[in-house]
Amino acid sequence: MRFAFITVLLVLSFSTHAETPADFQKQFAAQAQQENPAFTGFSAEQGQRFYANTHGKEWSCASCHSQNPKAIGQHIATGKTLAPLAPAASPERFTRPDKVEKWFKRNCNEVLGRACTAQEKGDVLSYLLSVR
Amino acid sequence: MSLPYWSRWPVLLSGVLLATAGAAFADDDDDDNARIRPLNHAAWRQECSTCHIAYPPQLLPAVSWRAIMKGLDQHFGTDASLDPQQQADILRFLEANAGGEGRSRRGEPLLRITETRWFVHEHSEELPKDIWSRPSIKSAANCNACHTAAERDDYSEHTLRIPK
Ligand code: HEC
Ligand code: HEC
Ligand code: HEC
Repeated sequence: MRFAFITVLLVLSFSTHAETPADFQKQFAAQAQQENPAFTGFSAEQGQRFYANTHGKEWSCASCHSQNPKAIGQHIATGKTLAPLAPAASPERFTRPDKVEKWFKRNCNEVLGRACTAQEKGDVLSYLLSVR
Repeated sequence: MSLPYWSRWPVLLSGVLLATAGAAFADDDDDDNARIRPLNHAAWRQECSTCHIAYPPQLLPAVSWRAIMKGLDQHFGTDASLDPQQQADILRFLEANAGGEGRSRRGEPLLRITETRWFVHEHSEELPKDIWSRPSIKSAANCNACHTAAERDDYSEHTLRIPK
């Protein structure tokens, strides 16, 4: 019964392009492999440093999403509150490909002045998933 | 307090306002219950409410919205770019619901509601001078710091709370 319910959910979710954080992790790994044949995997520690530090510009990921990704964030320029970025605290995070892609593009541009590599995205996601 | 009269008949007046854009400005001396109309447009509601609340289209004229929507990739120091189809769709909605006044002295379209004469006037009484620099408010554009139901387009006095 439970199994059937989950199957229905899965079918429903695929038909609306919803995904899980694990699906994104797999995609990032495949891309990272392509970008760098020496790719060995993702690191939550590296992701944490990437998240908390600035990268030659004014803001870090933590500037808007809070030092603790399980906490509510506050947009550094507008003051608007943002739901926590860690899936443990906000189950809707990393479930919509168009949304994830759009915000990586915008936010990486703002924090690094360039697009993020697949390695960077995978490291950050590993970190976000490690916060429970 | 109320909105200037033009904001209540945007459809009726938009032609006139477009023709005389810039010149049209009314003092809000008539004081009945003008309110920001709640509007529904899915893409606007979703895309323009992520970094700040979705600002009411009535509070800027169509020229301003056109200028804002043209520069989304460098939008007040952030990247708010959209795909061209969504951008065009949202612009049509903003134009159809745009209000009146909104040009700078040099005749360029204003990009900020908070720089319109209406806004400055409406927000000058009763508010302490240091209000806009308080950390709890951060910016005049942070409408929901005071208008706690701005996300629902509710700017009434019931939901107004001035933070410390
Ligand atoms: C200037 C503020 C700001 C900064 C800096 C910022 N973000 Fe965001 N981020 C946002 C906003 C606003 C949203 C969209 C609103 C929301 O979903 O809470 C968002 C959404 C996201 C999402 C979408 C997640 C989902 O599925 O809902 C991801 C992923 C993300 N940010 C990652 C990052 C990363 C990684 C960094 C650092 C490189 C970063 N952000 C830096 C403001 C920021
Ligand atoms: C510092 C607090 C504060 C901020 C921030 C703020 N307002 Fe106001 N707003 C007020 C006060 C006070 C009034 C006057 C209320 C009154 O006297 O009825 C007002 C009045 C208004 C009114 C008229 C309401 C009516 O019923 O006639 C509108 C519309 C409005 N504000 C919109 C905005 C918008 C849009 C923003 C953001 C761009 C904003 N406000 C930001 C405090 C604020
Ligand atoms: C990536 C974040 C982001 C997105 C998405 C975004 N904005 Fe903004 N917007 C900002 C920032 C930052 C400011 C400056 C806020 C401040 O000065 O406090 C701003 C300010 C504004 C202002 C001027 C506010 C004032 O009166 O001072 C308008 C109007 C505006 N945005 C319209 C829009 C529209 C329309 C959309 C949707 C197409 C949109 N924004 C989407 C970040 C964003």
